[in-house]
Amino acid sequence: MRPDLFEAPDYYNLDDLFSEEHLLVRDAARQWVKRDVSPIIEEYAQKAEFPRQIIGGLAEIGAFGPYIPEEYGGAGLDQISYGLIMQEIERGDSGVRSTASVQSSLVMYPIYTYGNEAQRKKYLPKLASGEWMGSFGLTEPNHGSNPGGMETKFKDMGDHYLLNGAKLWISNSPFCDVAVVWAKNEEGRIHGLIVERGMEGFSTPETHNKWSLRASATGELIFQDVKVPKENLLEGKSGLGAPLGCLDSARYGISWGAIGAAMDCYDTALRYAKERIQFGKPIAAFQLQQKKLAEMITEITKAQLLAFRLGQLKNEGKATTAQISMAKRNNVEMAIKTAREARQILGGMGITGEYSIMRHMMNLESVITYEGTHDIHLLITGMDITGHAAFKG
Amino acid sequence: MKILVCISNVPDTTSKINFTDGDTKFDTNGVQFVINPNDEFGLTRAMWFKEKQGATVHVANVGGPTTEPTIRKALAIGADEAIRVNAEPTDGFFVAQQLAEVVKNGGYDLVIAGRESIDYNGGMVPGILATLLDMNFVNTCISLEVDGNNATAMREIDGGKEKISTSLPLVIGGQKGLVEESDLRIPNMRGIMMARKKALNVIEPVDAAKATQDAKFEKPAAKGAVKLVDNVDDLINLLHNEAKAI
Ligand SMILES: Cc1cc2nc3c(=O)[nH]c(=O)nc-3n(C[C@H](O)[C@H](O)[C@H](O)COP(=O)(O)OP(=O)(O)OC[C@H]3O[C@@H](n4cnc5c(N)ncnc54)[C@H](O)[C@@H]3O)c2cc1C
Repeated sequence: MRPDLFEAPDYYNLDDLFSEEHLLVRDAARQWVKRDVSPIIEEYAQKAEFPRQIIGGLAEIGAFGPYIPEEYGGAGLDQISYGLIMQEIERGDSGVRSTASVQSSLVMYPIYTYGNEAQRKKYLPKLASGEWMGSFGLTEPNHGSNPGGMETKFKDMGDHYLLNGAKLWISNSPFCDVAVVWAKNEEGRIHGLIVERGMEGFSTPETHNKWSLRASATGELIFQDVKVPKENLLEGKSGLGAPLGCLDSARYGISWGAIGAAMDCYDTALRYAKERIQFGKPIAAFQLQQKKLAEMITEITKAQLLAFRLGQLKNEGKATTAQISMAKRNNVEMAIKTAREARQILGGMGITGEYSIMRHMMNLESVITYEGTHDIHLLITGMDITGHAAFKG
Repeated sequence: MKILVCISNVPDTTSKINFTDGDTKFDTNGVQFVINPNDEFGLTRAMWFKEKQGATVHVANVGGPTTEPTIRKALAIGADEAIRVNAEPTDGFFVAQQLAEVVKNGGYDLVIAGRESIDYNGGMVPGILATLLDMNFVNTCISLEVDGNNATAMREIDGGKEKISTSLPLVIGGQKGLVEESDLRIPNMRGIMMARKKALNVIEPVDAAKATQDAKFEKPAAKGAVKLVDNVDDLINLLHNEAKAI
């Protein structure tokens, strides 16, 4: 891959709205991605492998639970800082950002929010430092958009729970040390359980041959009569609302992350268009290319403003699920369209691994599907504004 | 050992440079600022002295409130304390006088400044500072060791290097070589969190004369269009008939 020359677009001087600490956190993440992610990520995506050597670096820049309080190993930062870190990581690669999102919002967040003090103390510091990696098991082979129908279940055996079932499409599964798993009890109510690698009957086969998020490891979580200690139950909240609360946090991060991918595609295409000469002129001088670039920066700017405002709401504890859905849906679609247009600006060069665009484009096909598909987020907005849930037809 | 690292706040090298007010002022709109690279090499070397020899490291900057993110970054990298002299750094003599005051009041043994800042390339602050303080001075310094009161420095000279032994108190004008680019540090989260609690003391400037004033800035002439030629005959033809160079 070519050297990373990224310059972040900030058309509306959003930097003026960020605090000194936001900028410090963002710039550190930006510098780290340039130094440690960009030079290796193409190779790892090509060979479909997660670059495990960057886990320490991710922890150092605060990518794991930045908003978790310091006493549990987090950084006690606000939600805008979290968003900015996700943006910068996804500027490098959506797969790496996925690993950070899962660790922060889907593993540390539920342990912090629904866990008891002993669970927080046991797991959070090790997850924040990257010593342990986590995964989140909600989706099942027969239940994707409709997780409420899940079949994974656990039984109270007196001194432990007995867990059976299978989860599919689980980010980080192949190497996770702990998994936050959602399963139904005998009454059919959904609860979260912390399952640890090494528990008998627990396996994590990898899902191969993905064309997307190739630098992120995805797999299954299989539970065959796994004995889970009772103290591993997340007692703070049960019902479908518990996993959905985690998704709110992750989707919020994705709404920032997607901007990063889009910024990288735009920046690459703009630079290329100014340098590439055809018919005696830089292709940036042709109206058709300008239309693409002008629309991209317009959409990126709108997405930045949306994410920023959502970050303020989130900081105040006021962001609703529906508001988060709108931002996730809008920003990911914006990013995927930006990637497609940017790829065309690069012509044949756009399909090679010399440039990051095609990798972003393929990655974003997962991002537009996971954490609620593009359709499902539309239905959430629809339900919010009409009062009618249209999920069931 | 007590070290003061002087840092200036300069535009990132990728910034688009424009001027305002009849080309007498630099237009900071939309410009990203960073620690002057020569100072960052010095700061990183100072961190080495802190970690290996227990030195205390302070940073000083002469600048308005907008330079604070850059100062905070130096604290996040590991400096213990910071001082901002609240004045626009418009002139090298003025800046050196302000820094001299900081050094006098802080009792520093070693002052690490950059050989020059990459914005105005004045290159005079460390030399004037050493003169004002009557301290030893090594400019274009590419390596520095300190053992007790003795210092060994390496200077870049035309076509080679010069090894100098000197003693503290000392001012150096540092540059790449003090450490390498790969040694530069990205602030980690722990550093950023600790930087929140570190002191960033703002002091008012002392009365000091300015020796120069910016009259006008000019940008280099825009580059002409490039022509690609396939063979030598065409090139000679163009040089002869169009450029009239041969
Ligand atoms: C790379 C990757 C990583 C992932 N990581 C995780 C993870 O870490 N943890 C985890 O739990 N899950 C994870 N997922 C799973 C992801 O969340 C699901 O794929 C997603 O929720 C969609 O489920 P599904 O694939 O079963 O599609 P389905 O739910 O079968 O949907 C198929 C299509 O039908 C549409 N559809 C479904 N229901 C409706 C409806 N009511 N109205 C209209 N259209 C509808 C959908 O929009 C979609 O277009 C990951 C997925 C991928 C691809």
